[in-house]
Amino acid sequence: MQNVMLPLSVGLPLLVSVVILLIGKFWKSIGKLFAPICGLVVLVFAISLIDASDGIYWMGGWPPPFGIVLVLDSLSKLILLTVNVVAFFALLYSVSYMKHYTAQPKFYALFLLMLAGMNGVVLTGDLFNLFVFLEVASIASYALVGFGVEHEELEAGFKYLILGSIASGMILVGIAIIYNLTGTVNMADAARFIVNMGTNRALLFATGLFLFGFSLKAGLVPFHAWLPDAHPSAPAPVSAMLSGVLIKALGVYAMIRVIYSVVGAPQMMLEMILWLGVASALIGGLMSLGQNDLKRMLAFSSISQVGYIAMGIGIGTPLGIAAALFHLFNHATFKGLLFLSAGSIEQSTGTRDLRQMGGLMKKLPVTSLSTLVGSLSISGIPPLNGFWSKLLIIIALIQAKAIVPAVFAIVVSFITLAYYAKLQRFTLFGPLPDMYRKMKESPFLMLVSLIALSVICIVVGLFYPYFMDSLFNPAARAIMDQTGYISMIIGG
Amino acid sequence: MIVYILNVIIMALGLYCLIAKRHIIKKIIGMVLIEYSMNLFLILIGYRINGLAPILLPEMNRVQFSQYGVDPLPQALVLTSIVIGLGTLALMAAYAMKLYEKYRTFDMSEIRRLRG
Repeated sequence: MQNVMLPLSVGLPLLVSVVILLIGKFWKSIGKLFAPICGLVVLVFAISLIDASDGIYWMGGWPPPFGIVLVLDSLSKLILLTVNVVAFFALLYSVSYMKHYTAQPKFYALFLLMLAGMNGVVLTGDLFNLFVFLEVASIASYALVGFGVEHEELEAGFKYLILGSIASGMILVGIAIIYNLTGTVNMADAARFIVNMGTNRALLFATGLFLFGFSLKAGLVPFHAWLPDAHPSAPAPVSAMLSGVLIKALGVYAMIRVIYSVVGAPQMMLEMILWLGVASALIGGLMSLGQNDLKRMLAFSSISQVGYIAMGIGIGTPLGIAAALFHLFNHATFKGLLFLSAGSIEQSTGTRDLRQMGGLMKKLPVTSLSTLVGSLSISGIPPLNGFWSKLLIIIALIQAKAIVPAVFAIVVSFITLAYYAKLQRFTLFGPLPDMYRKMKESPFLMLVSLIALSVICIVVGLFYPYFMDSLFNPAARAIMDQTGYISMIIGG
Repeated sequence: MIVYILNVIIMALGLYCLIAKRHIIKKIIGMVLIEYSMNLFLILIGYRINGLAPILLPEMNRVQFSQYGVDPLPQALVLTSIVIGLGTLALMAAYAMKLYEKYRTFDMSEIRRLRG
């Protein structure tokens, strides 16, 4: 199948990014016009690709293993959908939000570069191409974090830059070792050699390097040091993208693809991912409790929730992986929603400090409602979507006899409820300080994104069996089926 | 074998610069050294002792060429990687300039407003 929507999902944002950069010197509003349209087009591609059959696209007409292939299997469809949904609503939001920043064409160009890089990471079937798109998306995100060039944003961006570059370097060395062992950088071809290889210490070392690199991109403890500084400092739509999809597309998805489809999921590595997940969930949750900055609390909460996803991946059973993917999708929507709401609150009140806010429910009804929906979802209140995914992860942990991680998962979900209750009490309820008496609600386009993401949270929560069967279970089956992956690309 | 060890020494030196030095530009130089060592590792993997450069002239025998030639694929990968490193270096230099404008110092230990 030579479906042309696959390279277009990567090429179209790249092309529009360059066009915005070139024409942006003469016509300043071009970014606001073209970027959301491009985001909508790529979202339509992603939605229509859900029904397409699994297949590959030969870039330049070269067959694998000589050429680069773009692979569409159930996992790619799911992550592509997640990335493009959040990206479109973040773009729509940023049309109003970025009015207070200068150099708007550069913002939209960098944002579309990041989107093109993420789509490339998700679709590619070649290890070095994965590295190239990983770097494209990462470098765009390093620049976006420091976009409003104030003191703290520059410091956070520089720290993220150095740590992210080291991680990418480790991934490159891992790819070099796999090339040395197998003679190819094509993922399916390398998998075919690795299956016949048996235990090999160089392969374990390469997998360890991949674990280091991708865990840093994903924000797992102890590689999380850049995250609590970078996510609050970025402009709100970029924070939503970073926390919602970048750490998942670059970190978790790439980890799953390399460790399950290429290396074949050695048990030692899966256990390591499980315990990294436990540590992240616990430490992220505990650090969140003490935060007074709204976005910093949300950033630590991201570390905690990615820990849940890693716990599900590390278990290795079909239910665990499907639950982890469900939580990945849910976290993208409700964390994107929470960061966009935080941006709306920050714009209306002028502060991010929780101790100075209060009683926003009376003055900002839509923003408050969306913050409420997001907080209830992530705390795991039924029937919203977060409840089902956390429940499934805990059930999968118990079924796989991993009792200690299951206990930690339950404890951390109580901690999550605690700090989101703190967030709601300080922002939404309570007395309204006098200086906010004249506050108005945010502009219309920002509210559209908030309402749309809230609706997605509620709908996915209410109708979760349908989504489990159509999206998450097929993706989990595709992950566990390494031979199917190999035969789809090379065998057929 | 000795070349691989020297490569690791370059990476260790780069890591030392990155961690131990306080000046931002020295940290950037350390980061660049680490990237160089990774690119060198990629090239060394494709190397063959007493091998030919991978340019196929019309009069060469193909079987002999693939037996004696150096592997060209890592060289292509390293070209891409060097360009990526260039992009990262440009961004690092831009950050260093902007940080100096705001904080008026290149000393990284004084640029610590974000904590907790």
